Amino acid sequence: MADAWTVEAHRLLKKHGIKTVGYVPDAGLTDLINACDADNDIKAVVMTTEEEGIGLSSGAWLGGEKAAVLMQSSGVGNTVNAIASIVSSCQFPLFMIVTMRGQYGESNPWQIPMGQATAPVLRSLGVRVYEVDTVEDALGAIENGLKMAFVSNAAVAVLIGQKLIGAKSFIADVAEEVSHV
Amino acid sequence: MSKPTLDRADVMKKLMAVRGDALAIAGLGSPVWDIASSDHKPENFYLWGGMGCAVSMGLGCAMAQRGRNVWVVTGDGEALMGVGSFATVAAQRPSNLAVIVLDNEHYGETGMQQAATSHGTDIAAMAKGAGIPNTMTVTDEAGVDALAAALQSGPLPMVAVVKVAATKPNLVLPSRDGVYLKNRFRQAVLGATEAMHQS
Repeated sequence: MADAWTVEAHRLLKKHGIKTVGYVPDAGLTDLINACDADNDIKAVVMTTEEEGIGLSSGAWLGGEKAAVLMQSSGVGNTVNAIASIVSSCQFPLFMIVTMRGQYGESNPWQIPMGQATAPVLRSLGVRVYEVDTVEDALGAIENGLKMAFVSNAAVAVLIGQKLIGAKSFIADVAEEVSHV
Repeated sequence: MSKPTLDRADVMKKLMAVRGDALAIAGLGSPVWDIASSDHKPENFYLWGGMGCAVSMGLGCAMAQRGRNVWVVTGDGEALMGVGSFATVAAQRPSNLAVIVLDNEHYGETGMQQAATSHGTDIAAMAKGAGIPNTMTVTDEAGVDALAAALQSGPLPMVAVVKVAATKPNLVLPSRDGVYLKNRFRQAVLGATEAMHQS
């Protein structure tokens, strides 16, 4: 069964007329990406780096369509100059859903520094950041974030916390057996 | 390797002569002045920043405007910074997107430092390797004519690398006001009402 928040998140993207969804995958985004991929009204675009999502979204807006961008928190680091130079300078709308790593119950220490930096980095760029840990808060932030982004030409990021999506478990997710050397 | 000899202003003049109603995205740097001097109009979006994003921006625009061609005109340094976008374009196969890389093998805006393209990096080969079905490298006048024909007949998507001389371009500067450039472009493409009161 799909994660509870992703079914409604997909419905909200459609309700607000999102036609293109650019993504770099994350485990926490799997169900939402699959829902967008299976939807004939949405073009799901796999990207090589999150920075492309800023170009893709801004370009879609130039052409009269709305796009959303999905990424893991580490990917926020790859978007910095594009957000500052393009989105801020031109007041392009931007709507991002960011699934968090390195924040709560993280098992990979390399994820922790960028996880801690994600929200302050986005805020320093002028992005409106909503950090959510419950399904109810996530859906409220997505609904209102979509409105703000495309009606007010704002840059909005909804950060989906690990309390909601869970901390990745290597044993369950990656391999049947794990050994250490 | 011999040095490129084509003059970028001559190339742009020939290509813009067959532009038709294509929308244009200009990558940061000389391509902005190139497009402003050869065919300045509201259907041009000039990137004064965001190096590496011209191709992804062109892809987003092309996917939103399926009925019109979108041309991304950019430089070799800008294209290399966002070179992964060729793979992203290849996966989507937009039949209305052309990327024209004016490759002078240098970073022209920062003091003409040599780029990797001075040392053998082949951007057309990188695009081909990324899965772009139609790529070409243009080194002479006959090649420019062939490119002008290909831009009209396709197939798209295509990536064309035009080897141009590392000369100083004509500095024809468009507005630097990003909000104005954005709204001007949208108004030209969508009409005033849709551009300002999107649903």
